[in-house]
This record gives sequence, structure tokens and C-alpha cells, in this order.
Amino acid sequence: MTEMSGAKALIESLEKQKTEVIFGILGGAVLPIYDLFYKSKLRHILCRHEQGAAHAADGYARASGKAGVCMATSGPGATNLVTGITNAYMDSSPVIALTGQVPSTGSNTSYVIGRDAFQEADIIGITTPITKHNFQVRSAAEIPKTVQTAFYIATTGRPGPVVIDIPKNVQTEVTDMDFSNGIQIRGYKPTSNPHPLQIRKAAELLAEAERPIILAGGGVITSNASSELLEVAELLLAPVATSFMGKGSFPEINPLSLGSIGMHGNPVANKLLCEADVVLAVGTRFSDRSTGNLGSFCAPAKKIHIDIDTAEIGKNIDVDVPIVADAKKALKALYERLAKQLKKKKSSAWKKRVKEAKEQLNPPSKGESKDLKPKALMQELRKLLPENAIVTTEVGQNQMWAALYFNALKPRTFISSGGLGTMGFGFPASIGAKVACPDRPVVDIAGDGSFRMTEQELGTSVTEDIPVIVIVLNNSVLGMVAQWQRMFFKGRYAAVKLGSVPDFIKLAEAYGAQGLRAASITEFTKAVKIALKSSVTTVIDVPIALEEDVVPMVPPGCGINEQIGDY
Amino acid sequence: MENRRTKVIAALVENKPGVLHSIANMFRRRDFNIESITVGPTEQEDLSRMTITVKGDEKTLEQVVKQMNKLVDVVKVSRLEPENIVTRELALIKVNVPDTRNRSDVINCVEVFRGRVVDVSPESLTIEITGTPDKIDAFLNLMRIYGIMELARTGLTALSRGVRSIRIEE
Repeated sequence: MTEMSGAKALIESLEKQKTEVIFGILGGAVLPIYDLFYKSKLRHILCRHEQGAAHAADGYARASGKAGVCMATSGPGATNLVTGITNAYMDSSPVIALTGQVPSTGSNTSYVIGRDAFQEADIIGITTPITKHNFQVRSAAEIPKTVQTAFYIATTGRPGPVVIDIPKNVQTEVTDMDFSNGIQIRGYKPTSNPHPLQIRKAAELLAEAERPIILAGGGVITSNASSELLEVAELLLAPVATSFMGKGSFPEINPLSLGSIGMHGNPVANKLLCEADVVLAVGTRFSDRSTGNLGSFCAPAKKIHIDIDTAEIGKNIDVDVPIVADAKKALKALYERLAKQLKKKKSSAWKKRVKEAKEQLNPPSKGESKDLKPKALMQELRKLLPENAIVTTEVGQNQMWAALYFNALKPRTFISSGGLGTMGFGFPASIGAKVACPDRPVVDIAGDGSFRMTEQELGTSVTEDIPVIVIVLNNSVLGMVAQWQRMFFKGRYAAVKLGSVPDFIKLAEAYGAQGLRAASITEFTKAVKIALKSSVTTVIDVPIALEEDVVPMVPPGCGINEQIGDY
Repeated sequence: MENRRTKVIAALVENKPGVLHSIANMFRRRDFNIESITVGPTEQEDLSRMTITVKGDEKTLEQVVKQMNKLVDVVKVSRLEPENIVTRELALIKVNVPDTRNRSDVINCVEVFRGRVVDVSPESLTIEITGTPDKIDAFLNLMRIYGIMELARTGLTALSRGVRSIRIEE
């Protein structure tokens, strides 16, 4: 037992969780905590908007596999985190959000919780539906146990964000602190081991399958199950499609890789998924953007679904063999079982079909195009970046071009806002990822619309010396909605053109970053090479045509095998 | 036809502030409909028991139970099978009976339904009635003839028959 303030106990608790960095913005209700950053081993990165802080913590978490921590003051500081917290919730990312709160008690009885005090917001009420769990600490002595529990909940089972709301008086309250291990949550016991009977049933289905296919989701990345996935795929000669969130879980240059499925999925993945007789889905939640119309989704196939979240089983699609387990453990058990039954094959009729479908639906690009076509840009970018480089994306056309044409080769190297589709996510997330992996290049693939939603984090990136590369696919329009207006609203461009777009070179330079422009593939290559060598954040402005569509595309309401447009 | 009858869920939850909010919030967010909810302390003082009745098909019910289980403060959730439970609801009904002849008719009804008159005024009778929701509905239908001035129903509460329970051992 040691006597200290709540604020000090918070910092010590974070250090015990091996937190190295906090992204945040200070304010009145967290000043006692921030005072300790004056002399602390913990690195605090001052962001320019709380949304940026939350996305940075999210990017850090996804790149590192550890919890990311962000902090904000009460009221507007806390509410500005909300988009970032929701984003982490939808993509199951372990983010710890610390918020200041007005005092729970005090001599000034109008400056307490419940009195509509200055900068008071009910962040517990607000974040209940967008967090895995949240806490309001009511006395300083609760802090060590609360922090331990919050990290445990955020990082185990299906990960997710946890909010800890700390009233100002609790931060200054001095009391004896007990830092011993005290996690006791009777209502939270995540399952992780697969049931042997279910593994047996799954193995039987897969061993008999003629056209097995694996659908890998973000859960494979979360549970670090990529090598187990590869083993199972190669043993079964099963092609692997990923969900958008699963991109990176399987090397996209492997002959068995089909790319990602969905509305803007790779046509090979969408087509073959509907031809399979057994689908092994791992760590994926069958989101509407992945499955298209559920009626035709993998209709003839028997379905095996591995997920750590029981509630995902049967939520969107009915399955034949549910397995509630950690993806890594389940795939390992499945492999062991299958390896006893099956001999490794060199080829199969199904593998030939995969090869043929890939040749037909993913034909190699015809000749070297000098035009600035997004497809060519993405493919060129892949050549320029090392295997372990991390790519984040914004949301919209830029994101879907990246999904279609930028091959992810390793887990945790493709970071994007999948579930919530948050414009402005990519840039702050790239800052977080760079902090987690300072020795690897980090590139944000952006559109001019999305980038401008969080561009002020250029200040953070330059001041805190976190160099990243932002590639702005600049069409001076909110491209994806413009595409929908073209396709489904007779080309009536309502409120979608951005008009005066800033000169991104000057914008970058105004923040002390480097700005480059690339009007051709050659210039693009040159610019990326300069940026990769640079020790400062670089914004590369790439003008592209206004009416560039992302195709192929599954029109809303259609099945994923009813894709239109060529790859 | 899918069976869309009312289904009963019992849950043991942490007895602390905010838990009812998080459960109600989850129902709203997931677009599940609560028909009734009752909450009260249990024989274990750090736990509350909730009885929730929900209308929906089997698939919805399964999701309700799973989503409730995901909430950290929910310790145990159980579906109670209608054929294996005892259920009760309590209603307080204020009936408009200025006419003394009507008054004795109402009191007769109360006796038949094994209710009690708990308050009397020159214009009204206040009746307490306990039973299954069907029984209360039947009684209310009778009282509508006289005019219901005010009604308060507790919502359903339920326990499994026999020694079966959802109690958790410490």
C-alpha cells in the first residue's frame, strides 16, 4: 500500500500495463493528470483534435496489437472522442479512452456531476452503446483495479474500446493504493478453446469438400493466426478470400489468395465464394458490405463459422458448424485434426479452377499506362514499398482502390476504417501506426475530401517528429458519393464538389511538412522515393480525374456474384 | 408461422448504478422490443434479478440472450421455458364506481379473481390483483365496463418450477 493521488495512481497503473504513449488533448478537468506529464516516462503526444487522438490510439493498437490509449478533458473533449471510439468499436480495436469529468463532489456544489456544470457531458451515457465497457471512477482507491480491468476487457476476447471517466476530485484525492492483481469479473469470461466435437465436425466437412474456400476476417489478424491460416489453406488447397477487415491476414500474392470479398471486392473472391461447397469463415462477422444480398451469399455451401464472439454466430447468416473460439487456437486444432486425415496434395480440380478464374477475372494490366489511373498508382505503390510497410487509408474511393489493387502481404500492414467508414481516420491512424512501428514506412492513402477532415494533425506529426507519407488522390470532389450520384441519382451532383481545394503543397509547407506533386506515374514514383527517404512528413498531391469510378462493384441489394464492371 | 409469443428471460446482474441503463440501451440499439421489465434485489445482495419479456421469433430471442451475455455487468442470462415456470404480475386498478349498485358487482368480481380492495372512496375503488398476465387482462376487460380511472402494472416476474434455478454459487 502506497499513499498517492488518484492522478499518480492512474499514471502508475498505465505504466504497469506497459503503456508507452498516450495521444490526447488536455483541458480543465484533466489538469491534475497532465501535471504529471511534466516529468514522466510516459510519452504524451499532443494532438490537434480529440478525434485525431482517438484514431491515433486506434492506429497504434492495430499496428502493434497492444492497447492504444487516448485522453481528453470533460465535455467537448470527451464528445470529440466519440467518433474515434465508435470506429474502434466497429472494428474491434482495443482502445482505452480516458476522460476527465467534472467533480463528483466538492464544496462548490454547482460544479459537480448532474448540475450541468461547465464542460460537463454524460460521457458514460453517450459511450454505453459504442464501447465494450465503460467505467466512471468514484473514488481514487478504485483507480488501480479499474485500469487493470479496463485493459483486460479491451484486449481479451473480441477486443474493443473501454472508457474510463475520472472526475476531477478523484484525480486529486490522496489515499492508500493497492496495485496488486485484482481482476475479478464474474460477468466476463471470454471463451478461447474450441470444442473438440465442433472441430471434428468441421474437419469432416472440410475433408469431404470438393471445393472448399476459406473466408478470413479481421479476427485472424487480431489473434495472430496468419501462419495457422496458411497451414490449413495449403493442406486443403483451399483458396483464401478475406473480408475487407481481414486484408493482410493472408499474403495477397500467394497463388491461393483471392483478395477481399464484398461490394468492391475482387471479382475472383466474390465469384468463387458462390461456387464453393464448403466455406470455412474465420473471425468475420458477415457484414452487409461483405456479403451483399444474403439470399445468394454462398447459398449452396455448408458453412463453418469460427468466431470468438458467440453473438456473431447466427447473427447475420445461419451456419452448419459454429465454433466459438479464438481463431488461432481453432485453426491449430483444425489443422491437427485434418493433418491426420488428409495427405498434402499438389493439385486438385478446384485449384485449377481457381487459377483459371484468376486468369479470367484478374487479367494482367495491358501495357504500361502513363495515365494516373488509381489501379496503376496502387500497383506502383506496392512495388515501391517494402513488405512490412504499413498502409492506412481514408474512406471512400481511395479506400476501395487500395482494397482492390494494393496487395497486403502481412498482417497489421493494412489499416482502415471498415465498419464505421470514418472519413479522416487514415491520417491520424498513420501517426499512431508510425509511433508503434517507428522503423517502418507508414503511408496514408487518402482522398482530398477525407484528408481535410483531420489534416490539422499535420501539426502533430511535424511537432512530435512522426514522419508519415500522405498520398492525396485529389479529384476535388467527395468521390464515392459522387460515384453513387452518377450511378443511382442520374448524375445530379448535389453538394458534392469541393470547389476551392487548397494547394496541398502549400498546405503541407505551412505546417512545416514537405509537399510534392505527381502528375504522372513517373513523377509519382519519384515523389514516393523522395518521401521514403525524408525525415519529415510528406504530402503527395496526385491529381486524378473527377469522374473516375471504383469498379467492379456490387450494386446495393444485389448478390456478390452480380458484380458490374471489370477489375 | 414463426412462434412470436412472448418469451421470458431472467438475468442476474451486478447490483450497481448504470446496469439497467446499459441493458435498456442495448435493447434499443439492437432494435429489440422489451414488453416488460422488472428489477429487484435477490438473496445475494450484490446481485439484482431482472425478468424481461420480449416478443420476437426464435432467432431474435437467441440474439437477445447472446447480446445480454456480452454485457460485462450481466452475470447470468437464462431463457425460462413457459411450461416450466411460475409467473406472476401485480396490478393496481382504480375503478370509477360512483353508483353503489355497480360497486357490489365490482367487489364480486374482485372476489372471483381473488383480488383485494385496497382503497375506497365515494367515487372509486382501488383493487389489487395478482396473477398471470392473462388473468389480469381478463379482469381488466371486466373493469372496462365500469371505467378504469388509473392502472399500474408491475410487469411479469418469474421463477423456474422445482429446484431448478439460475442462482450462481459464490
